[in-house]
Amino acid sequence: MGLDAPNAGTVMINGRRYGDLPWPLHEVGALLESKAIHPGRSAYNHLWVLAQTNHIAKKRVDEVLDLVGLSEVARRRAGKFSLGMTQRLGIAAALLGDPGVLLFDEPVNGLDPEGILWVRNLLRWLASQGRTVFVSSHLMSEMALTADHVVVIGRGRLIADRPVADLVTQSSGRVVKVRTPDAERLHPLLQGAGATVSTGTDGSITVEGIGAERIGDLAAEHGLRLHELTPMTASLEEAFMDLTRDSVEFRGAAGEPLASDTQAMEAAR
Amino acid sequence: MTVGAQTLATLPPPAVPAGHYGAFGQMRSEWTKMRSVRSTIWTLIVTVLAVVGIGIVATAVTAAQWRQGGIVDHVTFDPTARSLAGLFLGQIVIGVLGVLVMSAEYGTGTIRATLSAIPNRPLVLACKVAVFGVATLIASEILTFAAFFIGQQLLKGTTPYATIGQPGVLRAVAGAGLVLTVLGLLALGIATIIRHTAGALATYVGVLLVLPLILQAFPVSFQHATIRYMPLVIGENMAATRPDIHDFGGGVLLSPWVGFGVLCAYAFVALVVGGVVMVRRDA
Repeated sequence: MGLDAPNAGTVMINGRRYGDLPWPLHEVGALLESKAIHPGRSAYNHLWVLAQTNHIAKKRVDEVLDLVGLSEVARRRAGKFSLGMTQRLGIAAALLGDPGVLLFDEPVNGLDPEGILWVRNLLRWLASQGRTVFVSSHLMSEMALTADHVVVIGRGRLIADRPVADLVTQSSGRVVKVRTPDAERLHPLLQGAGATVSTGTDGSITVEGIGAERIGDLAAEHGLRLHELTPMTASLEEAFMDLTRDSVEFRGAAGEPLASDTQAMEAAR
Repeated sequence: MTVGAQTLATLPPPAVPAGHYGAFGQMRSEWTKMRSVRSTIWTLIVTVLAVVGIGIVATAVTAAQWRQGGIVDHVTFDPTARSLAGLFLGQIVIGVLGVLVMSAEYGTGTIRATLSAIPNRPLVLACKVAVFGVATLIASEILTFAAFFIGQQLLKGTTPYATIGQPGVLRAVAGAGLVLTVLGLLALGIATIIRHTAGALATYVGVLLVLPLILQAFPVSFQHATIRYMPLVIGENMAATRPDIHDFGGGVLLSPWVGFGVLCAYAFVALVVGGVVMVRRDA
């Protein structure tokens, strides 16, 4: 956005540096910091101030206010808005110029469940129109629901840049949950096939190293009963933890990541 | 409030205009920014009270107490300067407005939105200066002329009074408005450098009021050599029609217009430094 100078490198948008775009708001819309509003200025004037700089008509200001559901409070001072309303106002500002590229920084932070659903639908809808929607978030479960493509950045380094489905598949399928009344007999068979087996508290066993098909076949060959045979799908969160194990900045004593500068970024096309 | 694809898809996309962003749009935006917050309105009301209100009080008191005054008071009386007595407080209030125009952007974070819409930072600063400068100039001139004419009406009858055609009077009244405007721009420049409302205001008030006080700790020769460059002294000198009375035996003060030129140089330097750091620093 040309706001902070990078230590190195350049960012090109549609082949141009941000500063060289003829009408920036028509090409890139951004929600960076939704709290960045003058508390004494009305929602309408907040948008009108931005619209005027990029030759955007008053009609469009009304449109985006309508789109985010703030028409009724458009003349109220933005300082009185709730967090959710402020977030909507920020999204409205990003959409002002009807840009093809959208950047949303933590768009669902602090929203209630209804608001989160609304933002998720809006992001999918914007992407479905052929726009590129970048979303940065710490919420992996949220990303799993909205993103097509994930870019994981940790400590300033690129850790992953691939489709979400890809990432999840890679981290899953290797673990299978098995429930059987014949655990004592199955155990050595599985170990003989090269799997690692552990017994869970609820009596189920967790098998790592061989697939569900192989486990099923082994049981059938020896006439053992299986009550459950479930390949465990890793969540995006688990996949993310896998990836970032070495790059988180702070860890708890037990090696659990407490907080990190790692962020996943979604790009939906 | 679910957003359905049907309701949204009906929106026609706005056409991308030809050409390039520029000063016209940015100046309209700056004007909207100024008039859409209450602080501007309040500051304007306080400026009216300061410049016109204090002018009324000062001239009314003079008219009422004229007979009790001594001969020296009568000889040195400057009716124009008396009606412009509110200039002192007006300078501080205009400075507050000048600071807020810039520091509010940094304080609230809207500067990032502003610079996202118009990435050319010198252009943003120039448009702010232009809109604030013109608006302040118009308001200041209306106020100083109003203070002068109302004040002279109050003086008339009991005391000597001035008319706009007398030597130096038009210069003093119009010049007082110019001084207010340039001081406002100086405050805007300081705020661009410092970016924090409180820090910028303290610096502005320090330059205006505290600097002359500090000067009193120095030898008289040094005071005489430097007092002429004080913004407050330059302003008072501009608003007086008889600067010789205030001059310490002559030769200490600058002529009103030379003083004004020095004041313009202060504001110019503050704005240029502000522009340079604005381009260099992260927003």
